[in-house]
Amino acid sequence: MIVEARGLHKHFGALHVLKGVDLLVAERELVFVIGPSGSGKSTLLRCLNRLEEPTSGSVVIDGIDLLDRRTDINRARQRIGMVFQSFNLYPHMTALGNVTLALRKVAGKPRDEAEALGLAALDRVGLRDRAGHTPGQLSGGQAQRVAIARAIALEPRVMLFDEPTSALDPELVGSVLAVMRELRESGMTMVVVSHEMGFARAAADRVVFMDDGLIVEQGSPGAIFEAPLHARTQAFISQIQRH
Amino acid sequence: MLDTFFNVEIMRAAWPILLAGLGNTLLLSATVVPLGLAGGLILALLARIRSRWVRWPLIAWVDFFRAFPPLVLLIFLYAGLPFAGIELGGFGCVAIAFFLNTGAYYGEILRAGIDSVPSGQAEAARSTGLSRSQTMAYVVLPQAVRNVLPDLMSNTLEVVKLTALGSVVAMPELLFQARQAQSLTYNPTPIVVAALIYFALLWPLVRLLSRLENRALRAG
Amino acid sequence: MTGWERFLDTFFNARVLAKYWPDILLGMVVTVELAVLVVITGLASGLMLALLRTLGVRPFNWLLIFVVDVLRALPPLVIIVLIYFGLPSVNIVPSGFVATWAALALVLMAFAEEIFWAGITAVPRGQWEAARSTGLSFGQTLLGVVLPQALRLTIPPLTSRTIAITKGTALGSVVAVSEILGQASSAVSNSYNPSPLMLGAAAYLVLFIPVVVAGRWVETRFAWKR
Repeated sequence: MIVEARGLHKHFGALHVLKGVDLLVAERELVFVIGPSGSGKSTLLRCLNRLEEPTSGSVVIDGIDLLDRRTDINRARQRIGMVFQSFNLYPHMTALGNVTLALRKVAGKPRDEAEALGLAALDRVGLRDRAGHTPGQLSGGQAQRVAIARAIALEPRVMLFDEPTSALDPELVGSVLAVMRELRESGMTMVVVSHEMGFARAAADRVVFMDDGLIVEQGSPGAIFEAPLHARTQAFISQIQRH
Repeated sequence: MLDTFFNVEIMRAAWPILLAGLGNTLLLSATVVPLGLAGGLILALLARIRSRWVRWPLIAWVDFFRAFPPLVLLIFLYAGLPFAGIELGGFGCVAIAFFLNTGAYYGEILRAGIDSVPSGQAEAARSTGLSRSQTMAYVVLPQAVRNVLPDLMSNTLEVVKLTALGSVVAMPELLFQARQAQSLTYNPTPIVVAALIYFALLWPLVRLLSRLENRALRAG
Repeated sequence: MTGWERFLDTFFNARVLAKYWPDILLGMVVTVELAVLVVITGLASGLMLALLRTLGVRPFNWLLIFVVDVLRALPPLVIIVLIYFGLPSVNIVPSGFVATWAALALVLMAFAEEIFWAGITAVPRGQWEAARSTGLSFGQTLLGVVLPQALRLTIPPLTSRTIAITKGTALGSVVAVSEILGQASSAVSNSYNPSPLMLGAAAYLVLFIPVVVAGRWVETRFAWKR
């Protein structure tokens, strides 16, 4: 198990967002998390690299207990890659600069080694020729692919995707999904929160349906999309099928 | 009138001491600005601590030194400290007074700058394993400074103008030298020349600032 | 006497304070008078200049920009000294109060003009076009449509700049204006005791901390989104 999250609760003040969630992800698995907005999907994902601190529960990634005070969270986060809905590229650096910052400062690689690794990562997402461009000069799809390169450059054990295509114009979505497919094929463990149901059907090993802070149902894409067992799952699936 | 305000002979005679005064003005500015920026940065970083015990004294400190006229602070140190047995001299008093005053202003500007950087930037940086201080140094602060550069420059301009207050405590900067020359010759030409020097020194910055401010306001 | 008692006797001497607090109070009145005059005349003239600038008369605007640049580049104390010590040579002898008021008002006028102008030009052209296309005259558009929107943008920078300039009233002490610092300084030299300075400092805080706090409130309330 790369990801072992158990009994996760999260309160934001009086709001109880996660009400006891368990998520186990095996190596090379692609887990797709779906659910209505407010169901806690993003919060769950952000607990997996401790961007959110769970109120209670445990999170163990690749054998490292993230919630232990003694854990060096910065080293742990090198093993976890995260891609955000709004890309969050550093506007004051080039694409290559974005990708190599952590390589140089956290992994401590010397400049030329970092640049070589960075260019390789950009190459993997098909943007090696954009290495010298700043985020302002990139389209949305290109920016998100650079963000993916930034995450994979550190050679993480698991990649977390928080609605990676929701902020993109429809015609740019495909380029990002192609990169995600390539990652999956190369054996990366991935947890994806998204509405891209087509991608889920094609690439996911398991689909998890969340509602109101709990995992309601999970299973293979075929099971969840064609024959959901719970009423709420059925309601959600039929709602999104309509689009 | 030309002879009164632009007396060539007096200009020639006063020129060397005015130049020396200018040197002191520049020296003082070059001392206070980095100190003020450093102090301001510390204040801005402290402002991120949530604890009540840090925030309220901090806000009190900043408001105090923004409310307190710099000249009064200067006189306070200059006239008051000797009674406490501390002899600092003109330069020292000016440096400390201005450090306290401009540090508060720079602190507020930098704090606003840091707040203006979207939180997603820090999240992305932390998610790649950068520590809190690395995130601040390499990701947040560069963007923060870029965002508030006009305000930072404007405040720096104010600091250079503030050095003229040193003349009140007999620090031999430009205005002091000009007033000395004026009282010796009973002629206001030295002050006019000093004004021209100030103008020549600071006008480029004023023009640049004007352009930046207009652009910033239009973008907002 | 213990060290603490000596400290109190030096910096908070009851006898000296009792003797000079009325002077400090008088000083506060002068400071407030000066500040209010500076703010009213400075802001009004700054607004006037910005409005005149919209007329687009080139030579006038160039002169205006030059004058504003000079007033923004010179330290206020230099302007005060120029007026107070310079003008007598052409038979104009302003009092310290007038020299300080004129200098600070001119400086505020310059900064205010720039801020108002930036605010006016920041209002989108579309506003002008819409108003004019409904038949409003230039003046009506400026005063009724553009200026109200411009003012909203100008309040934060204007507040902080105004507060900074009113603190310059302390500069009046250099030209013998009997505002707070002036009174405190003479009291200190007359009594050989720094207690009046503490009182003066307290007087400034009493006056300006509320102003700064109010300014903070105004700035956050009118802060524009980036």
